[in-house]
Amino acid sequence: MTQPKTIIEKIWENHIVHQEPGKPDLLYIDLHLIHEVTSPQAFEGLRMKGRKVRRPELTFATMDHNVPTKQRHIIKDEVSKKQMHTLKENCEEFGVPLADIDHPDQGIVHVIGPELGLTQPGKTIVCGDSHTSTHGAFGALAFGIGTSEVEHVLSTQTLGQAAPKTLEVKVNGKLGTGVTAKDLILAIIAKHGVRFGTGYVIEYTGEAVRNLSMEERMTVCNMSIEAGARAGLISPDDTTIEYLRGRRHVPDGEAFDEAADKWRALATDEGASYDATVEIDANEVEPQVTWGTNPSMCIPVSSNVPDPASQEKDYEQDAVQRALDYMGLKANQPIDSVKIDYVFIGSCTNSRLSDLKKAADVIQGRKVDDKVTALVVPGSRTVKEQAEAEGLDVIFKTAGFEWREAGCSMCLAMNDDIVPPGERCASTSNRNFEGRQGNGARTHLVSPEMAAAAALEGHFVDVRKITNTTVNR
Amino acid sequence: MEPIRVHSGLVYPLNRSNVDTDQIIPKQFLKRIERQGFGQFLFYNWRFDEEGEKRDSFTMNDEKYNDASILIAGDNFGCGSSREHAPWAILDYGFKVIIAPSFADIFYNNCVKNGILPVKLTEDETQAIIKKAEQQKLHLTVDLEKQLVVDEDEFNFSFDISDYHKQMLLNGWDEIAVTLTNEEKITAYEERQQIIG
Repeated sequence: MTQPKTIIEKIWENHIVHQEPGKPDLLYIDLHLIHEVTSPQAFEGLRMKGRKVRRPELTFATMDHNVPTKQRHIIKDEVSKKQMHTLKENCEEFGVPLADIDHPDQGIVHVIGPELGLTQPGKTIVCGDSHTSTHGAFGALAFGIGTSEVEHVLSTQTLGQAAPKTLEVKVNGKLGTGVTAKDLILAIIAKHGVRFGTGYVIEYTGEAVRNLSMEERMTVCNMSIEAGARAGLISPDDTTIEYLRGRRHVPDGEAFDEAADKWRALATDEGASYDATVEIDANEVEPQVTWGTNPSMCIPVSSNVPDPASQEKDYEQDAVQRALDYMGLKANQPIDSVKIDYVFIGSCTNSRLSDLKKAADVIQGRKVDDKVTALVVPGSRTVKEQAEAEGLDVIFKTAGFEWREAGCSMCLAMNDDIVPPGERCASTSNRNFEGRQGNGARTHLVSPEMAAAAALEGHFVDVRKITNTTVNR
Repeated sequence: MEPIRVHSGLVYPLNRSNVDTDQIIPKQFLKRIERQGFGQFLFYNWRFDEEGEKRDSFTMNDEKYNDASILIAGDNFGCGSSREHAPWAILDYGFKVIIAPSFADIFYNNCVKNGILPVKLTEDETQAIIKKAEQQKLHLTVDLEKQLVVDEDEFNFSFDISDYHKQMLLNGWDEIAVTLTNEEKITAYEERQQIIG
């Protein structure tokens, strides 16, 4: 019998174009996703050297980071406009397919890849964006790259990569009612820190992971990079295959069944070993809220903000104190006492149809607190249409949310959707770094359900308390 | 890309861990379509207040560090976004070497591809250099060939770097040109996998 292998090793071996001792392996790239912010310098590099795009048909571009979400065609910022225009020109010149601002497929690159069936198990997928790890939910090896690497992939359809170490994150047990995939990944990062995945590719395993829907799996894999891992993936199973059936770029009929058999065979073999394993008990995970300026600065909603004095080393104390100062919080303050000004439901982490449905369930028949500005930004134009067909837009608007066009929006505030200095936002995005949502803005990462609950109450609250009331009524 | 062999220069100590790429170059400066000119925006929100005035509280604004070309910081430097604008800003500002106990993976690669030498020292070695550089003007010599970091009297630290990254930096290679020497292997792979374009 052959040596049992992880899915990571299987995909890796399937993609080796060239190997040489002392050098990174040259890997073939099956899908290269492009957006307007990290590609212009790469295309310029090709032009300067007289190089071509080797496989335009394995490349797919969209516009997401800069796009306005109020009215698609009103771009006030001339520099943003130029960047979007440059992408269009580059795609035309090099023959790369583009879902531009007017295209019905337009959306956040990590939402539309899966939606269109471009993302498939066993593929190597790269994009000049660190949240490319999202596509790992399908059992693809997907990771973010820099612009020099974008240029390298455009030109050669390959990338030199040192073989990664493998890390199993095993999630035992079941998530409780009202506890989400977002809470799970935040709890994992809170427990193990923002760099336990550095140098590794993560595979998420265990009962709780198997029970997640595809969209929930995308939320988990999306935040692998917040643990330091360039890629995080989940072995394909029936959930994966049923999600892919019928999607535009997926084969159909008999060819689909053949593909499905191949996909199933990619799953990690029984008895395969990892370089490292960490375990977490899903039963113990509560709804989470970040309090600080990186995603590991995160606590259950029932707890208090930490005290710098509880840290061992002086520079760790400084880091906690600096985060508290930036966030305008006091040591030992209960996190559910913290009042918010903004709510953002969106981003490549949590802007898919099921995310919007779950938030809508919480707010249905209720009103957003008077002092809170709340917006919902669907991840793609398709998500927006589907949500509208189900009447979610009406639920959100009736409650007092703004209902926007698709894009990255307030996750990183490159368009007009900015949290003002000193204001506080409950956000379903993935990064609570200083200034991420606007200079001086204070970000608290939460699940869509927790963001919806905070919008209603004007402060953080355990969403399970609100949903219980619904049941009682 | 400029080759780098031995670099001597003034140290700027930034005693913070988890310095993310959003701090290195905030998003409002990512809209340019060129690689040059990002140095003026390096650590922008730490260096400048809302009115664009220099913040005295941020030590990089201290004149004594004006000519610094070696940046030293806490662990997990460069975490977060994949934006190559971060190393572009660091290089354009004048830094050639970054020392830290650990780097985020994507950022580390991005540095090497732009001729910035990322040096991993231990936590204790890093803290020793930071403390000294906070107290006095400290010059270090970083020798990539010998994989050593030394100062005039006290420090003599060795560091690890993969041979491939070392050769890339020493020679200032164009990696695409290197890969294209294996073009027939790429074509052979595509034929095997029936990737037909």
